[in-house]
Amino acid sequence: MNARSRRVAFDRFFERWLPQIVVSPMFAASLLFVYGFIAWTVYISFTKSGVMPNYTLIGLGQYERLWTTPRWFVAIENLFIFTSLFMICCMLIGLFLAILLDQRIRAEGMIRTIYLYPMALSFIVTGTAWKWILNPTLGIEKIIQGWGFPNFNFDWLVDPNMAIYTIVIAGVWQSSGYVMALFLAGLRSVDDEIIKAAAIDGAGPFRTYWSIILPIVRPVFFSAFVVLAHLAIKSFDLVMALTGGGPGYATDMPATFMYSFAFQRSELGTAAASAVMMLVTVTAIFIPYLYSELRRPAK
Amino acid sequence: MAKVELRDVWKKFGNVEVIKGVSIDLDDGEFVVLVGPSGCGKSTLLNLIAGLETLTSGEIRIGDTLVNDVPPKDRNIAMVFQSYALYPTKTVEENITFGMQTRGVDRAVQDKALADVSQLLHIEQLLDRKPGQLSGGQRQRVAMGRALVRNPDVFLFDEPLSNLDAKLRIEMRTEVKKLHLRLGKTIVYVTHDQIEAMTLASRIAVMDNGHVRQFGTPEEIYENPVDLFVAGFMGSPSMNIVKGKVVNEDGYAIAVTDEEGTIRFPLGPEQAAKVKGLEGEEIHLGLRPETITHVGAHGAPQSDLFVFERAVDVVEPTGPDTMLVFTLGGMEAIARVRPEERVKPGETFRFEVNMGKAKLFDGKTGMRL
Amino acid sequence: MSKTATSGIVRPRGLRNTLLRLLLFAILGLFCLYYLMPLFVMISTSLKSLEEIRTSSLISLPKDVTFAAWEKAWSAACVGVRCTGLQPYFMNSILMVIPAVTISTLLGALNGYALTKWKFPGADIIFALMLFGSFIPFQVVLLPMARMLGYFGLAGSVYGLILVHTVYGLSFTTLFFRNFFVSVSDGIVHAAKIDGAGFFRIFFTLLLPMSLPTIVVAVIWQFTQIWNDFLFGVAFTVGDSNPVTVALNNIVASSTGVKEYNVDMAAAIIAALPTLLVYIVAGKYFVRGLAAGAVKG
Repeated sequence: MNARSRRVAFDRFFERWLPQIVVSPMFAASLLFVYGFIAWTVYISFTKSGVMPNYTLIGLGQYERLWTTPRWFVAIENLFIFTSLFMICCMLIGLFLAILLDQRIRAEGMIRTIYLYPMALSFIVTGTAWKWILNPTLGIEKIIQGWGFPNFNFDWLVDPNMAIYTIVIAGVWQSSGYVMALFLAGLRSVDDEIIKAAAIDGAGPFRTYWSIILPIVRPVFFSAFVVLAHLAIKSFDLVMALTGGGPGYATDMPATFMYSFAFQRSELGTAAASAVMMLVTVTAIFIPYLYSELRRPAK
Repeated sequence: MAKVELRDVWKKFGNVEVIKGVSIDLDDGEFVVLVGPSGCGKSTLLNLIAGLETLTSGEIRIGDTLVNDVPPKDRNIAMVFQSYALYPTKTVEENITFGMQTRGVDRAVQDKALADVSQLLHIEQLLDRKPGQLSGGQRQRVAMGRALVRNPDVFLFDEPLSNLDAKLRIEMRTEVKKLHLRLGKTIVYVTHDQIEAMTLASRIAVMDNGHVRQFGTPEEIYENPVDLFVAGFMGSPSMNIVKGKVVNEDGYAIAVTDEEGTIRFPLGPEQAAKVKGLEGEEIHLGLRPETITHVGAHGAPQSDLFVFERAVDVVEPTGPDTMLVFTLGGMEAIARVRPEERVKPGETFRFEVNMGKAKLFDGKTGMRL
Repeated sequence: MSKTATSGIVRPRGLRNTLLRLLLFAILGLFCLYYLMPLFVMISTSLKSLEEIRTSSLISLPKDVTFAAWEKAWSAACVGVRCTGLQPYFMNSILMVIPAVTISTLLGALNGYALTKWKFPGADIIFALMLFGSFIPFQVVLLPMARMLGYFGLAGSVYGLILVHTVYGLSFTTLFFRNFFVSVSDGIVHAAKIDGAGFFRIFFTLLLPMSLPTIVVAVIWQFTQIWNDFLFGVAFTVGDSNPVTVALNNIVASSTGVKEYNVDMAAAIIAALPTLLVYIVAGKYFVRGLAAGAVKG
C-alpha cells in the first residue's frame, strides 16, 4: 500500500468510527461520574468510613446503624407524609385548574403564565418566601388575628409535629402549576370530535370529563405521578430554606439526613448508606417509566 | 315532521365570515348533500344545524321548533363524524349505549335497541371490542350504530366515508343509501366528493365560500348549473369551459380562437336567442367531456351535432372509455370516446360534439345564460 | 348574545350557566391571587422598613417605600463575617452558569446527533445509560465527587461547580436533542452524505441550525436548573465561591442579631430575578422544556 492509499484508508477508518469517537468521551464521563461514583458510594456504604473513607468492608453494619437511628425514621416518616400529601394536593389542584382552564377562557395565556411561574424559582427562594409568610408572629397569624380572631395561632413552622406540613404547603405552591400544565396539554390533545359526540349524546360537562376525557388522559396521571415522586424524594433545597431540617430534626428528610451525616457530622459510611437507600427508592419508581419512555421514539 | 329550515344564517369566527346568509329548506325525509371544495363552509353549516356551533345571526328550525339556543342533545339529531369520534376507552357496546345511559333510559329498552342496531349493521361480534381493535369500516358502522340508536328526526353525516379506502367507500356508500330507504328519515350529508353527492342525494346544495350557489336535484345541478362554479365543480372529469366570441354570420355561433385556428361552434335556436344582442362579446362555452366524442356516437338529432378536428395531445384509456386531451381555446379540453378509437398523441382526430347540451355562461359574471 | 358564547357548542342559556361561568372566573381569579401572593409579599416586604414590618400586616402595601433593604441585600448583607451582600455571589453564579450551559448544550447536541443520525451498534444502550444520569438522586454522587474535586484542587471553587453542572446537565441536554433529532428525517443526512459532507460538516451547517428551537429550550432549561441549584453549591463550594442560592440561604438562616426580613426578601428577589425574567420573556420554551424533561425536578 502506498502512502496515499494508506492515507485514504486511515481517513475512511476515522470517518467510520467518528460518531463513536465523538460520543465516547462523554459516555466515558457519564460512566465515571454516574456509575463509577454510584459504585464508590455503594462500596463505602459497606465500610466503616468516618471522616475519611476506609476501604475495609464490614458488611451491612452501616445499614443496621441507619435503621436503628431514630433520626432516620423521622426522615423516612417525613418523606412518606410529605410525598403522599404533596402528590395528592398537586394532582388535585393541577387537574382542577387544568379542567377550569380547558373551558376556553380569553385570558388563558396570562393565567397559565401566572400559575406556572413558581416553577422558574429556586426552591431556596420559595422556601425563603414561605418562611416569612408562615412566620409565627408576623406572618399569617398576624393577619388573621387582625381580622378579628385574636386567639388564632399559626406556629406550624416551629412546631415539631406540624412543621412538615409547612413544607407541603410551600412545595405544592411551587409545583402544582406544573401538574396543571401537564394535564392541560393532555386535555387539549383529546380529539375535538369526541367531545362533540358526547355533547350530542347528552353528556353534560361533568359527565363528559369523568366518563370520557379523563380515561383518555390516564397516561398523564402516570407521568405526573412519576415526576412528583421524583421531586419529592429529592427534596433538599426546600427543606433547608424553610426549616433547615428543624425544629431539631423534626423536618428531616433522607436528603437532608444524608447531607448532615456527610458534610456536618462527617460520617461518610452512614451517609453513603442513606444515599444508597434514596437511590434504591428512586430506581424502583423509575425503571418502569424509563422502560416505557424508551419504547416510544420521541415526544 | 322533521324538516329543517335555515333562514339567513350567518356565522362569523371573530372577523372571518364563514357562512354568509344561507337560506334553504330541507323537506322531511330528504337526503340532502352539502358539497363543495375545502373551506366552503359545509362542515360549519352542518355543525350549526347540530348545535355544535353557535349562530352569529339567522334562524334554524328543526321540525317547527326554533333551535338557535337549543343544545345539541335536545335537537333530536344524531351525527356521524369524519373520524367516527368513538370513545376510545369504551367498548363498542358502551359506545352505542352511552347516550341512552346518560338519558337514563330503561335497561331493557337499551338492550333491545343495541341488539336491533348491531344486527342491522352486522356488528354483533364486535360488541366487546374497543375502537382501537376495529378496522376502519367496522368503526364506521359502530359510529352509525351510535347514531341510529338515538332514533332522531334528522341524521347528520360529516364526510363519513373520507377515511375509507376507495373500494370500501363504494360499498359503504350503498349501505348509507339503503339505510335511508329503510328509515326514511331526513339526512344532511357533507362531502367534498361530488360523485358521492350525485349518487346519494335527493337534492344537492353546492357551496362555495360560505354561500349556497345552487340547491336542486342532481339532474338539475348537472344539466342546468346556475353558474360557472357549479358547472365546473360537478362532473368528473369536469366540464370543459372555454372562452369564445359571439358571432353572427350565417347563424349564431361561438368562435373559439387559438393557435391552431378558429372553430365556430354553431348554436341552436334556443341558445341563439340567449345571445341575441351580444355579438362581439366574449362568453364562456361549457361542454362536458361526454358531449364531445367520436363521429357517429350521439343519438341526438343531426341539427345539434357539430364536427371539428383537432390534434390530440394525450391519450388516457380508462377501460370503459378513452379520454382524449386536446387543446381548445388555448386550454386543455377532454373528450370521452369509445376505447376502440385508435389515436396516437399528435394525430388529428375528428370530434363530434352535441351542441344541444352546450351551456353558455356570461363572460363577466359567470352566470348561466 | 353573551360574550362568552360566540363560539363552541350551544349551551342552554340561562341563569344557571351564567352563574357557573362567573364562578369559574372567580375560582381562577382566586388561584391567581394564591400564586401571586408570595411574590407580592416578597416585593412589598422588601420595600418596607423594619419598623413598618413589625407594625403592619403581611399583606399591606408599604406606607413609606424605601430601597434601603435592597441596597443592603446587594452590597452589605452579612454572611457570617463577610458583609459584602449578594453581589459577589451573584457574579459567581453568572460565572458558573454561562460556561456550564454553553458546554452542556453544545455537547448534548453533538451527542444527540451522533446517537440518532449515525446509528452504530449500541447507540440505544449508550443513550439509555446516559439518560439514567438524569434520574438519579444526586446524593449518591456527592461524596465521591467531593473527593475528586478535592483531589484535583477544584474543591471550594466555581470551576468545580462548572464541571459538575456540565457533566450532570449533559444527560439532560442529550435527551432533548436526541428526541428532536429522532424526528428529523434521515433523508436530510443521507442527501448530505451523497453530496460529500462529513460528520461535522453536516452537524454544524445543517442540523445545528435546524435545531434552534431545541437549543433555546435546552439553554433555558439548563440555565434555570443550574442557576437555581442549591445542593451542588452547598456541597462543593465554601465561602467566597458560593453561588447566589447558597449565599441567600446563608443570609436568611443567619441567627445572629435582629432578623432583617426586608433584606431577606430583597435578597430572595435578587436571586430569583434572572430565572424569572427568562421565564417571562421565553415562557413558551420553558414549558416545552418542562414537557420534554418531565423527569427531572
